[in-house]
Amino acid sequence: MTRPMRMPLAAGFADPVLDAQCCFRAALEAMARPGRVQRVAAPPEAPPPLGGAAAALLLTLADAGTPVWLDAGPAAEAWLRFHAGCPIAAMPGEAAFLLATGAPPPLARLAAGSEEEPHRSATLILQVASLAEGDGWRLSGPGIEREHRLRVEGSPPGFAAEWAANHARIPQGVDLFLCAGDRLAALPRSTTLIPG
Amino acid sequence: MAYVAVKGGERAIEAAHAWLAEARRGEPAVPELGVDQVEEQLGLAVDRVMAEGACYDRGLAALAIKQARGDLIEAAFLLRAYRTTLPRFVAGAPLDTGAMRIRRRISATYKDLPGGQVLGPTFDYTHRLLDFALAAEGEAPPPPPEAPAEAERMPRVTGILAQEGLMQPEARGEAPAEAEPPDLTREPLAFPAARPLRLQSLARGDEGFLLALGYSTQRGYGNAHPFVGEIRMGEVAVEITPPELGFPIEIGEVTLTECQMVNQFAGSKTEPPQFTRGYGLTFGHAERKAMAMALVDRALRARELGEEATAPAESEEFVLYHCDNVEATGFVEHLKLPHYVDFQSELEKIRQLRATALREAAE
Amino acid sequence: MSATTGYNFGYLDEDTKRMIRRALLKAVAIPGHQVPFGSREMPLPYGWGTGGIQVTASVIGPADRLKVIDQGADDTTNAVSIRRFFARVAGVETTERTAEASIIQTRHRIPETPLREGQILVYQVPMPEPLFRLEPRVAETKRMHALADYGLMHVKLYEDIARHGHVAISYNYPVMVNGRYLMSPSPIPAFDNPKMHRNPALQLFGAGREKRIYAVPPYTEVRSLDFEDHPFEPVRARAGCALCGSRESYLDEVVTDDAGGRIFVCSDTDYCQSRQARQEAAE
Repeated sequence: MTRPMRMPLAAGFADPVLDAQCCFRAALEAMARPGRVQRVAAPPEAPPPLGGAAAALLLTLADAGTPVWLDAGPAAEAWLRFHAGCPIAAMPGEAAFLLATGAPPPLARLAAGSEEEPHRSATLILQVASLAEGDGWRLSGPGIEREHRLRVEGSPPGFAAEWAANHARIPQGVDLFLCAGDRLAALPRSTTLIPG
Repeated sequence: MAYVAVKGGERAIEAAHAWLAEARRGEPAVPELGVDQVEEQLGLAVDRVMAEGACYDRGLAALAIKQARGDLIEAAFLLRAYRTTLPRFVAGAPLDTGAMRIRRRISATYKDLPGGQVLGPTFDYTHRLLDFALAAEGEAPPPPPEAPAEAERMPRVTGILAQEGLMQPEARGEAPAEAEPPDLTREPLAFPAARPLRLQSLARGDEGFLLALGYSTQRGYGNAHPFVGEIRMGEVAVEITPPELGFPIEIGEVTLTECQMVNQFAGSKTEPPQFTRGYGLTFGHAERKAMAMALVDRALRARELGEEATAPAESEEFVLYHCDNVEATGFVEHLKLPHYVDFQSELEKIRQLRATALREAAE
Repeated sequence: MSATTGYNFGYLDEDTKRMIRRALLKAVAIPGHQVPFGSREMPLPYGWGTGGIQVTASVIGPADRLKVIDQGADDTTNAVSIRRFFARVAGVETTERTAEASIIQTRHRIPETPLREGQILVYQVPMPEPLFRLEPRVAETKRMHALADYGLMHVKLYEDIARHGHVAISYNYPVMVNGRYLMSPSPIPAFDNPKMHRNPALQLFGAGREKRIYAVPPYTEVRSLDFEDHPFEPVRARAGCALCGSRESYLDEVVTDDAGGRIFVCSDTDYCQSRQARQEAAE
């Protein structure tokens, strides 16, 4: 791994210990209550197109043990490698975390775990234009009392069908974080999604 | 109702800690034991704690023994709990026990061999008679031992057998040689466990447990025909390659005991009859542990060698899940924690089952 | 670094926390599935709650308020010891009130006071594998979970009923989570099992020695195994609490003399004391 020492690198978390804890709690709450929108304290200087919530998630969860695939360009790659020390995956199927700022790779191509070890599966961090509760997708499943509604602007075309296929592979499958600015929501593989 | 809802747990804990400190110190009129005395004069206890504590630091192991009042499993636990907080800088290069500065080296398979037999500091031929002169503390320092045969390189017995093609070469495994070996302290055990992982686990394993298992293979629980090819004990250099330097440097040396057990192997469809190896390696001078480990290592290879694997020592899960004494002592001893909620549910259940049984008997 | 201890916030180093946090997120995404993790040696012995402690240490932050119970009580020695540990290494506020806590670490009980959204219940788990008494080989049980092959457990329960007229399990009573994974609820009394079902709080489980983490997300279906003609029945002592009079709570039996004298008191000390305080205030 080469660290681009000469490039002036933007800062990561202001307080690596407590900011990571805060962001993790938001991520845990998001994963435990699919479709509920959380806010996180974003690292102040994540290079675009990396948004605040996505950048915070990667700093919180990625490290030398987790290959990351991303489509956010060399500046974001260098920043992430420097702050998280994670290897960059060449192929989406090799990644533990994927960050898609544009069209994401097909869910079916990502690591979905095995029958015995469904946890060895990828987590996709998908940046979208906006996230809001109240209307939009109808979500149900573990973590949801009756139904959560989530309006997502900028999700990839055909996403609902792709998600249904992912959900059908349970207990294998991919888990998803949706990020917009400093807001995030999650869809674990256990969530049923009806477009609305 | 003083017996209800025992308040004052906090005070009770503090009082227990104070009492423990007093008990540790013992009679104040007796001079306090120095950590350096433990390190120098209870060296084999220090060695065992370093091996089972998986941390090579004689001073800290001696401190742990003092703090644990001589309870060696407790001391290994103290050392492990400290070790787990240490940062990792770099992985060391594989140790070369062939280049060991030898203090003891014996082979049971050859009367004499290049380098010779070196008895070294061993209990082997002592008469186990209590030495009351030691009790009088008037021990005269013994004459210094003969200078060890420094320069002579001591080939390993397994190497001598290998020259003739009689020793099964060690498999490199599927991973390339430069790949980092798995690390038991970072990743949980998964089965089937590769040999490097098994050896790591055994090296940290409880001496008593491995001793009993190794013994069982000699008594027919397993298919063992072991010979001590060689036991060697002495000092080995530790080298690392700092990334910024790019070449290896020596950072110190450790005392190790290595045991290579030679076992007959009748051969399989793909391999001719030959000898196979059981390998034991421990920190410090710990011959019993190294020998037991070598026996168990060979037993655990049964399946890969195409032998029948039915004995306890041949069961990977059984051996590896139960050889760690810090885990074992925790789970056994936790039974003394309060379990009255579960016991209450058992009481109610037993009463219910009895009532049903008695009613049915009466009908 | 915490100024008072020289250790990182929450004791664990950041690499370890990250590893545990990743395992927790996967555990939540796959309700009831045991996720192996690189459990560390802790300064408390295995069996004393090292799994729960590692989970709590990876989750807790300065804004949290922590409650620790053992056998339902805040003042049992191990609960005191763990609470002191976190007060020392994380500097967090602690409480004995269920309603005030954001994180509750527990051994062997679920509080009587209903939990709410935003709370996290962390269970200390000695044996995460619900099938271990029937099949001790981990490689085998892993395969059974992969195939959702739980016939062994159903046969065991059926044989219990045939022999005794009842299921002979009184604690650590196995549950099915989200209709997919058989799960150990940890050694809580079967009385507590129904509280796990569709609980608004997030339930996390840590087994340190066995190196497994698992989870039940909020509002998730948790069914105690039973048969149509022998429905699951939670058992409690048929008595009222001698201190607060509750006839709903789980009771500890306290032996008062050696002539068969005994009284029953609530196992949940916070629940019992709150009731007593309310009764005193009403008088």
